[in-house]
Amino acid sequence: MAELSLIASYRTVLGSRIRAQASYRLSFTVETLNSILVGIVEFGEIYVLLANVPQLGGLSLGQAALVFALANMAFAIADMIFGQLDSIPQYLRMGRLESFLVRPMPLMAQMITSDIQLRRLGRALVGLVVLIIACLTIGLELTPVTLYLLIITPITGAAIYGAMFALAGGIQFFVIDGSEFTNAFVYGGGYAGQLPGSVLLLPIRVLFTFVIPATVTAYLPALLIMGLPGPELLPSRLGWFAPLFAIWAWLLAAIAWRSGVRRFTGAGG
Amino acid sequence: MTEPIIEFTDLRRTFVVRTKAGRLRRQKRQVHAVDGISVTIRPGEACGYIGANGAGKSTTIKMITGILVPTAGRVRTCGMEPVGNRRRLAREIGVVFGQRSQLWWDLPLRESFRILSAIHRIRADDARPRIDELVEELALGPLLDTPVRQLSLGERMRGEVAAALVHRPRLLVLDEPTIGLDMISKERLRTFLQAERAKHGTTLLLTTHDMGDIERLCDRVLVVDHGRLAYDGTLPGLAERVALQRVLVVDLPEARPPLQVADAENVGMELDGQRQRLAFSPEHTTAARVLAQVTAQIDVVDLTLEEPAIEEIVRTLYHGRASPPAHSER
Repeated sequence: MAELSLIASYRTVLGSRIRAQASYRLSFTVETLNSILVGIVEFGEIYVLLANVPQLGGLSLGQAALVFALANMAFAIADMIFGQLDSIPQYLRMGRLESFLVRPMPLMAQMITSDIQLRRLGRALVGLVVLIIACLTIGLELTPVTLYLLIITPITGAAIYGAMFALAGGIQFFVIDGSEFTNAFVYGGGYAGQLPGSVLLLPIRVLFTFVIPATVTAYLPALLIMGLPGPELLPSRLGWFAPLFAIWAWLLAAIAWRSGVRRFTGAGG
Repeated sequence: MTEPIIEFTDLRRTFVVRTKAGRLRRQKRQVHAVDGISVTIRPGEACGYIGANGAGKSTTIKMITGILVPTAGRVRTCGMEPVGNRRRLAREIGVVFGQRSQLWWDLPLRESFRILSAIHRIRADDARPRIDELVEELALGPLLDTPVRQLSLGERMRGEVAAALVHRPRLLVLDEPTIGLDMISKERLRTFLQAERAKHGTTLLLTTHDMGDIERLCDRVLVVDHGRLAYDGTLPGLAERVALQRVLVVDLPEARPPLQVADAENVGMELDGQRQRLAFSPEHTTAARVLAQVTAQIDVVDLTLEEPAIEEIVRTLYHGRASPPAHSER
């Protein structure tokens, strides 16, 4: 009996999940609208701030909007794919992890595919619209370099935010009902990433760059795109290394996740 | 002889429980959930694993399936060390957890079976004959397109069992498969499991609180108590050591002196004989025959049938002889 290829296996599982969501049409529409609204409200926050002061962390409204848009798109994509890792405590309580563990697919892959939330694309859509408007407002010149950065940044950004979800998920195996604690740095990191990194206090700036690389998801690449230097300790050229930061973040995440699962199976940390 | 499908040698699992002692200090206490069990199960066997709540049944199942690492001792399932080979092992075994669903609540069964085949990396064409077989034998046809959340418990349980068998496992582990089911659903499930075992030689290991499951399905019984093996043998062998008697409780329209029924013993009366308790061994007679003899004497207003409680079996195993009525009067 020939084996089904790994890719076909994942494709079937994913396809089925997506069809399932599409079949509950009303709730899908409501939730997508809701997710768009969340994106708009979040942008509103930055807009209100900048409508009253001319500059935020050395950036104009258009420039700050670019940072917001890139970060928001990245976060929405990560949330769509990895957001499920947030609910480890519920899975633990309901005993659903046991059923996942007796199947021949990696636990994380099963968690991701068990509830992929297409509606969260609504939020990414808001990010995309803001991105286009911001590019037009600041009169960005499209060169191969800026185009490359505009495309790669949401992808590496999503990878970094995804790693934060996985890191938080791993920690939740240790901390009972620890979602409040881990939310602080997943969603806190998400929020920090949307702001110009220069407004963050120095220690927080370092934390959200070199430990949890939130400023690398949007702010630093945006500086490169706009040809601006960075603030203290955050030279904009760090933005070129976004993929490396993503690898670093996933390394941390993998350690946390693996030891979390090992803790669950009683194999010790 | 063939290689054992499950083998554990002096298996132990200890949990550390921390309890508060004083304002800041916490006391550590070790709980031995499984405390030195050695068992070998050969392919094709059907084993019932019984014991009171907290006796260590679920812990053992978790160690067999690779969800939990033993503290000491050795366990091998399908010739593998389970935790390190968890995902490889998953393709050889099927697991049904009676108290938690492994189906996707918002999907119909048809879709769940499709996903499971994909997870087990079986091509749709290869999976179809097996799925058709399971659907037919578990009478799931009319339910295939209903989302799982709308199924009754009995229907869902049949779905769970089918889901655990889609990939043709050699070993099927069932943790309390009949819990909460009505008699008809229980019977349907048992009949199916018997047929499945006869047809495919699937090894069965089930934990249960229902002696009916053991009688109908198992040719070997393992009794655990406080993490230790208290009995390993056949059901008739167990019946020789403890009373596996059922008690038929009948409510009569009026007070009566003790009823006399062949093959059953009157073990008590309440309300001056308006309620009488008749104990019988299922090896010697049936509930229907006892009831027929009672109704020949007097009308029965209401009746219940009491199964031997696992806790009682364990207790009598230790004290050698069964408490109320002796089991081997003939």
